[in-house]
Amino acid sequence: MIQQAKTYDLVVIGGGNAALCAAITAAEHGSTVLILEGAPKPYRGGNSRHTRNFRCMHQKPLAVLTDRYTEEEYFEDLLKVTKGKTDEKLARVAIRGTEESYAWMEAHGVRFQPSLSGTLSLSRTNAFFMGGGKALVNAYYRTAAKLGIEVMYEAQVTHLERSGKRIEAVEFTHQEQSHRLTPKAIIVASGGFQADLDWLASAWGPAAKNFLIRGTPYNKGVVLRDLLDQGAESVGDPTQCHAVAIDGRAPKFDGGIVTRLDCVPFSVVVNNAAKRFYDEGEDVWPKRYAIWGRLVAAQPEQVGYVIIDAKSLELFMPSVFPPIKADSIEELAEQLTLPPEALQNTIEEFNAACRPGQFHPTELDGLATDGLSPAKTNWARPIDTPPYYGYSLRTGVTFTYLGLKVDETAQVQSAEGPIENLWAAGETMAGSILGQGYLAGFGMTIGTVFGRIAGKEAANYAKH
Amino acid sequence: MQSINVVNIDPNEHVQITDRSMNEARRQLEVCNACRYCESFCSVFPAVNRERTFSEATITQLANLCHNCRGCHYACQYTAPHEFGINIPKVLAEVRQNSWQDNAMPAFMARAFHRSGAALAVAVVIGFALLLWLINQLPQSLNANTGEGFYSQLSHNAMIAIFIPAFLLPVLAIAISVRRYWRSVGGTQLRLCHIKAALASAAKMRNLAGGSGEGCNFEDEDRFSNARRWYHQATMIGFLLCFAATSAGTLMHYLFDMQAPYTLFSLPKMLGVSGGALLSIGTLGLGVLKLQADRDLADRRVWGGEMGFIILLFLVSTSGLALYVLAASAWLPELLAFHLGSVLAFFVLMPFSKMVHGFYRLAALLREQQLQQ
Repeated sequence: MIQQAKTYDLVVIGGGNAALCAAITAAEHGSTVLILEGAPKPYRGGNSRHTRNFRCMHQKPLAVLTDRYTEEEYFEDLLKVTKGKTDEKLARVAIRGTEESYAWMEAHGVRFQPSLSGTLSLSRTNAFFMGGGKALVNAYYRTAAKLGIEVMYEAQVTHLERSGKRIEAVEFTHQEQSHRLTPKAIIVASGGFQADLDWLASAWGPAAKNFLIRGTPYNKGVVLRDLLDQGAESVGDPTQCHAVAIDGRAPKFDGGIVTRLDCVPFSVVVNNAAKRFYDEGEDVWPKRYAIWGRLVAAQPEQVGYVIIDAKSLELFMPSVFPPIKADSIEELAEQLTLPPEALQNTIEEFNAACRPGQFHPTELDGLATDGLSPAKTNWARPIDTPPYYGYSLRTGVTFTYLGLKVDETAQVQSAEGPIENLWAAGETMAGSILGQGYLAGFGMTIGTVFGRIAGKEAANYAKH
Repeated sequence: MQSINVVNIDPNEHVQITDRSMNEARRQLEVCNACRYCESFCSVFPAVNRERTFSEATITQLANLCHNCRGCHYACQYTAPHEFGINIPKVLAEVRQNSWQDNAMPAFMARAFHRSGAALAVAVVIGFALLLWLINQLPQSLNANTGEGFYSQLSHNAMIAIFIPAFLLPVLAIAISVRRYWRSVGGTQLRLCHIKAALASAAKMRNLAGGSGEGCNFEDEDRFSNARRWYHQATMIGFLLCFAATSAGTLMHYLFDMQAPYTLFSLPKMLGVSGGALLSIGTLGLGVLKLQADRDLADRRVWGGEMGFIILLFLVSTSGLALYVLAASAWLPELLAFHLGSVLAFFVLMPFSKMVHGFYRLAALLREQQLQQ
């Protein structure tokens, strides 16, 4: 173990949005800061690399944001998705912090762009980063360098040494050597544990081994587990993760936004026995994509198959891989390795249950099947126009809910009270505010606002 | 720099390379179309987002619309080592380059001079030698050392006899190749509004502005900088001023019977000296930036040819300025031969060098205007 000669006021663990906001804020408050980023440089930034916007309250049109989005409306939106599983005090701190954060982000190099095509519904509530989350991360690393913040890549923190109310030391490995640092303060911003498939499996069951992880492979929750083992208080359901249905051909890790599939409402979805298992037309896709992760996870081998026909091909955003294409249902079944006869029967049964009526792809059209179980309650048009197209579906995990419990100053709590030199920001503490569900752009809100709070608090502490 | 033996490239191999770039561009653009994070950087991504599938014509048009600002590359979460291996600036540069080479007449000349700075250098030396020989050897009766200034070295008529065909034939060749391009991307009848919008975009180099006006990610990874945009503007404006100077001189010579040499406060001199200075500064800047930029975000095959082209433009402009300063020097014949020789090489190689990019870019901007409507 190498005791590092150089001392820092603050060590920030993690290299994503929350870590960078914390590090920059602390440096601007006079701290000397070291960032320990577990990933190599090309993969720096954790899941922030895959983000695209942040949800921002505003009283009047604000740069790229239209109209207004009040604290109350924002909070109600949060209540809706979390079904009340939130800490109102912390939630309001996060929400209120956004309006002023917009200018702070711009001042620190982030550039915004108007709502992307296909996401106009978010133009009022979400400010999109020009170039997406990796561009934001790049801008913050540039700013950090100007402030003299040191960054060590591929620095994997293994242990925080707790002694009573304090963290005495940070242990990490870098280039196959163990190191030990004794900063005055520490900020944990190293995300959730979704990339640790064993941990996921122990929480969810063996099915989790077949899940795809949509983000960084570096969020293994090592520091989270280390702190929980040493009595840090946890928050959030340890068995839950945010999971959506994505293209089954997506890479095991890091597939990000492009692997999403928006065609379920216009399709028939079957399992690997070619049987339907849920109402594909229950609601508009933005309100339903998150439940499909669980639905697919509950099927044999955790896989589903979406079947559409030529009528529907252009009704949804293109996805990263072209669909499997065939001139008959039988041929499509063979290509998708489904039992052809069973798929033929399922489609025929479905088609026979479709009723005439007006089809409206963008609204609930009430075009429902008749006498079919499970029913399809909207957009039920027969699958009868070749060529036919199919995609496989798998469960894609976005993030986990289990995290560190913090107070309004982002300070980490234990049964014996706050740990006096330890703060947390971002996904690793988001479970305090986001007990379940998800609100687009809210992860970046939590990371930015609590990152800045943690940075300021830690810097003030380090001064004394 | 590369050797010039690429002239002997096997035509089948060339087709394979073209297909490989095209297919790779299609694969990558499908990833972009599912992501869309880069929508505001430039004109390419909104154009991508209009498509569902990517035909060769569409990809070629997108490639010529791309100005290689590289903002999308550094912002992309799918660049290597990610398995998607996205590198849009590179793959579009390759497709773009193939379109210039394949549409050129004759294509083998384009392949040679686009790729090889050495080939360009040889052309300059030949031009220099030819002009020097003419100055020294042209029969007195033809050369008639009766003119003033530079015409005392090479008569006006001799210059015209060389440069009119050396200018018009290449321009014709470019016109034919850009017309091929225009047809291949489905261009239709132009309207004034298309032309106005496309020229405005070129004048502001909007596609090098990075969406926010802060420029490219060119010379220092993800740092935004307008250096390349400004140097390119200096080069473009400098070139146009020099062209205007020549045109003004020609008009004055033939229409008003006002013959060179002109005074400093004449139109040809004022345009020429300011244009030459801008062109020298611009090309010097572009050359330095090109040395700093990551070569893997462009078409590696043509780095030498592109650098050679920048150097050629720099030599044309600085030798022109030097002529102005050193008009009375004993080195005048050599200097004049060098300047005119490099201008000759530049003109003759226009259809086969980076020079065509301006015409293709403008065509792509015009087509984009049509597609937007």
